[in-house]
Amino acid sequence: MRSFLTMLGIIIGVASVIILVSVVNAYMSYMTESFASMGTNLLTVSLTNLPSRSLSVDEMYGFFEDHTEEYDAMSPTVTVGGTVKHGSDSMSATGITGVSEDYLRIKSWELSDGRNIQYADIVGRQKVCVIGAYVASELYGSPERACGETIKVNGYAFKIVGVVEQQEDDMKDRGSDDFLWMPYSCAVKMARNADINNYSFTITSLIKASEYKTLLEDFLYEKYKNEDLYTVTAMSEMLDSLNSMIAMVSAGLGGIAGISLLVAGVGVMNIMLVSVTERTREIGIRKALGARRSVILQQFVIEAAVTSSIGGIIGILLGSIATSAVGAVAGLNAVPTPAAVVISFSVSVGIGLLFGYMPARRAAKLNPIDALRSE
Amino acid sequence: MSVPLIELKDIYKIYIMGSEEVRANDGITLTIDRGEFVAIVGKSGSGKSTLMNIIGALDVPTSGSYLLSGEDVDQMDEDQLADIRNRMIGFIFQQYNLLPKSNLLENVELPLLYAKVPGEERRERAMKALERVGLEDKWKHFPRQLSGGQQQRVSIARALAGNPSLILADEPTGALDSRTSREVLDFLKELNQEGNTIVMITHDSSIAVEARRVVRIHDGKINFDGDVKAYESVL
Repeated sequence: MRSFLTMLGIIIGVASVIILVSVVNAYMSYMTESFASMGTNLLTVSLTNLPSRSLSVDEMYGFFEDHTEEYDAMSPTVTVGGTVKHGSDSMSATGITGVSEDYLRIKSWELSDGRNIQYADIVGRQKVCVIGAYVASELYGSPERACGETIKVNGYAFKIVGVVEQQEDDMKDRGSDDFLWMPYSCAVKMARNADINNYSFTITSLIKASEYKTLLEDFLYEKYKNEDLYTVTAMSEMLDSLNSMIAMVSAGLGGIAGISLLVAGVGVMNIMLVSVTERTREIGIRKALGARRSVILQQFVIEAAVTSSIGGIIGILLGSIATSAVGAVAGLNAVPTPAAVVISFSVSVGIGLLFGYMPARRAAKLNPIDALRSE
Repeated sequence: MSVPLIELKDIYKIYIMGSEEVRANDGITLTIDRGEFVAIVGKSGSGKSTLMNIIGALDVPTSGSYLLSGEDVDQMDEDQLADIRNRMIGFIFQQYNLLPKSNLLENVELPLLYAKVPGEERRERAMKALERVGLEDKWKHFPRQLSGGQQQRVSIARALAGNPSLILADEPTGALDSRTSREVLDFLKELNQEGNTIVMITHDSSIAVEARRVVRIHDGKINFDGDVKAYESVL
């Protein structure tokens, strides 16, 4: 009974710490992932080109091609103001952007129909475009029907070669589905603006985000010699603040986990204390029969170790099962955090050992006669 | 019989109770030879339990010398005393003092375990001791399944298992009815006839006369020491 209670204390302590830490960790990584899918690997560059100092697309491509280790994709982004038209239907809020063939990958979106803009389209200034699902359904009824049709952008006819799959949950919500991409070479011509002022990069490693950002800034400084003429923004800086928030929550969580371990530990301690008091008579018998103090201590410590370890292992199993169950219910990928498993197990077993040892040491010091007389 | 088994000389055991000094043993000198059956009799508070603790190597005297089979016990430390108890003394207690969660065999094996007797031999010797008290069939039983008399026999078996030089019985019949008391006393006599040295502590003179020699303690001093016949005549 008493070993069962000791075990129960440890089981609850270990399991609750594992569940708590693992589930919150899973939630945190879910949040981090969803931030990452929003483009945390994105660096955006905006330039102010002066007649004296400027940077051409070719120079930017040159830089990109020299650093494919650091940067995964690159695309100029040229914003064109205007309306898109099909027959008598027109849309004026559609975001018209001139991009490269990498842009789809930068966004990490997929096409639902047709093909992407290609390098040849850019070189040949082909009047082709890729449109968002909202544009396709508003003007043509469906993405399938839009493909291959002609669309007019500020009066110029463009051929729709591809449609990007729907990003928003609701079709009525235009959000990120209301756009038109064309080769940036066409956009430059259309905007009557010889310079390209904006670029998007994706980086290969989130961890090195600030390093790669600096690399890009250094390149730009060399060209412009003036920090006010360019800005590089890293989406991952948003992630940094998210990470510091996570660190804060984790620290608070560690505190709570610590308290539950402590409570479990106090329970174990109480049971151990009572158990040794109860067993003083047994200690007296053993001493009278010639057990040395060290032998009695050893017996109690082994008992405490076995009891707490079994409790700890059951706690780990229960905690893991409960973590997966909670994860399944909440739709999170929750796996027991190794650190939580190791720490909760060693702390609770440590407490079990310590409070098995301390009162046993006191009891083993008793004169066997006094121990025998205790009732 | 060159060396006596027990040689107590000027044993004092003094407790300080607040400002008062209690002389539980006030200069006791006593020699017991191998093969004797001695009853130490005295009223409660006479100091007989203190004397038993010292003879049983459970406690050390404040002053005086105690030689057990020639070994100087009075200056030993705790671990040495534990070894002496284990090797030389078999205890029989009033309350049997068996471990409730161990079966009879495990209970009897206990002193052998502490003597580091290997498993096989330990079981054999413990079983033989149980046979000696006629409980070998019940070796799997737990103490609470047994009557008081049977439990006391188990504790005698436990005392015998380690093959001790001295069997020290503390009020061995105190918790038993007269019929089972008789059985236990006859058994002790039998063990004595086989050559075991037995020291029995009791407050009851009618039990004490079952021994062959009686030592009476009063106020921490021996005030009678002689054979049973002489003791019966002073009663």
